[in-house]
Amino acid sequence: MRFVRTAWLVVRKDLVIEARSREIVYTTLFFAVACVLVFAFGFVNEGRPVTDAAPGILWIAIAFSGTLALGRAFERERQSETLRALMMAPVDRPALYVGKLAGILLLLAVVEAIVVPLVALLFHAALFDRPWLLLALLAAGTTGFAAVGTLFAAMLVRARSRDVLLPVLLYPITIPVIIAGVRGTAALLQADVDVPMARAWLSMLVLFDVVFVTLALWTFEPLMTE
Amino acid sequence: MFMAAPFLIDGAPYESTMGLVQKIFYFHVPSAMTMFMSAIVCGVSSAIYLFKGRASADRLAVAAAELTSVFGVIVLVTGPLWARKAWGVWWVWDERITSTFVLWLIFNAYLLLRKYGGPGSEKLAAGLAVFGMANVPFVYWSVNVWRTLHPKTTVVPTLQAGMRGPFWFCVLAFLLFYVLALSARARLESRRAELEALYLAIEE
Amino acid sequence: MKRHWPVRMFTALIVAVTIALSSAVFAAQPPTAAAQEGFVPVSRTAQQETIPAARLVMIAYGFAWVMLIGYLWSIWTRIGKVERDLHDVSRRINAGGR
Repeated sequence: MRFVRTAWLVVRKDLVIEARSREIVYTTLFFAVACVLVFAFGFVNEGRPVTDAAPGILWIAIAFSGTLALGRAFERERQSETLRALMMAPVDRPALYVGKLAGILLLLAVVEAIVVPLVALLFHAALFDRPWLLLALLAAGTTGFAAVGTLFAAMLVRARSRDVLLPVLLYPITIPVIIAGVRGTAALLQADVDVPMARAWLSMLVLFDVVFVTLALWTFEPLMTE
Repeated sequence: MFMAAPFLIDGAPYESTMGLVQKIFYFHVPSAMTMFMSAIVCGVSSAIYLFKGRASADRLAVAAAELTSVFGVIVLVTGPLWARKAWGVWWVWDERITSTFVLWLIFNAYLLLRKYGGPGSEKLAAGLAVFGMANVPFVYWSVNVWRTLHPKTTVVPTLQAGMRGPFWFCVLAFLLFYVLALSARARLESRRAELEALYLAIEE
Repeated sequence: MKRHWPVRMFTALIVAVTIALSSAVFAAQPPTAAAQEGFVPVSRTAQQETIPAARLVMIAYGFAWVMLIGYLWSIWTRIGKVERDLHDVSRRINAGGR
């Protein structure tokens, strides 16, 4: 149980810090909304939004704001050298990873809570017809993205050009996750909702999650130590 | 240095029944197979480097990553050249093509990271390579899971007799070339490491 | 370096065989070309479809060869440079007498 306790302590630390300044939440939220708006203005057809673009825009907004949040979260760790302190503590390293991952997921959940209704509104997308399936898709996709992102952001903390390198490394690996998320969401948005297809994409996302989280847990320790 | 080339120069591929442009197959598919294999080599040696710390594994990983990129370029260029004739378009966003492209991007990112990541980037790149290797099965089976324009993997085992010979010959040729290039490139890395060590020795 | 000439022979061999291979690919074309000539006045669409095929194949193979040989060549030049640097540095070390 020490594992869970360590992870929980890390999450709590992040939440407390965030609650005091709320910097990352606000900036990420604003960025996500701005992202969606930019796309909304970009993909306009005769004054009306392009409905088909909704899933893509949703997931792109999640990916971009996720990258931003990851960068900011770990930049904060780097500035106070807290990551080093954490690594020196006699705890399970993977627990640290899980703690950071949970923090990022909570943040992204807040962002998605705002962005999803926004996309549904702006693009006239019937996203809420199947709320549970949509929720599952979002959860699975975001977890996959965040799992890889947390690992890469953590390992890049000590690298040069880390701000540029995070997207460079992260996006190619998570493109399959984003694709699966977009296709799954698109299946939900079709005129006659294609539930088996959405479920198929969902199971693919879950597979990605399992593989990525396992790999991340396995490689976190060697990657973080000198 | 280089021994007499084991790279057997393939004879002109034999006539196929599906038109002249299908002959690109003899280079396109073996290149793809070599690219995937190289990605796996990179991933495995990166994992070894991460967990056992053996520098020779890291050197092998760099060599494999570069070769993945090179063969990736070959696949991604010969593919559209073939597609232009066979399907009428240069590029299609189907699963196999997209995921191969993504795989190529991943290993290019590996090379970028090593070049610009600063000290300690070898380990980080190794982490990336492990994820890249996890991507390979996805690419391979993507064409079976989704019915797309791209030929399925079942084509290879059921090749016509006339095509089988040159095809496997090309596969072997590419494999030998790959081994040759890999060992040469790894050797380059180890010579560089020696040079670094000597520079350090001088500075004392 | 004494080892240069086998490498040069190797390079020359590769170039010669590349030329041989290209000519073999060329040789495979005349049947299609002959078929084209007879059809030119009748249907231009056939001509537009068939001509790119041969060119595409040649470009594809040529490109692949260029990439492979180019890569080997790049390894070779890089190794040459590193070997020269190694030579220089070890000379300096020996001369310095450390």
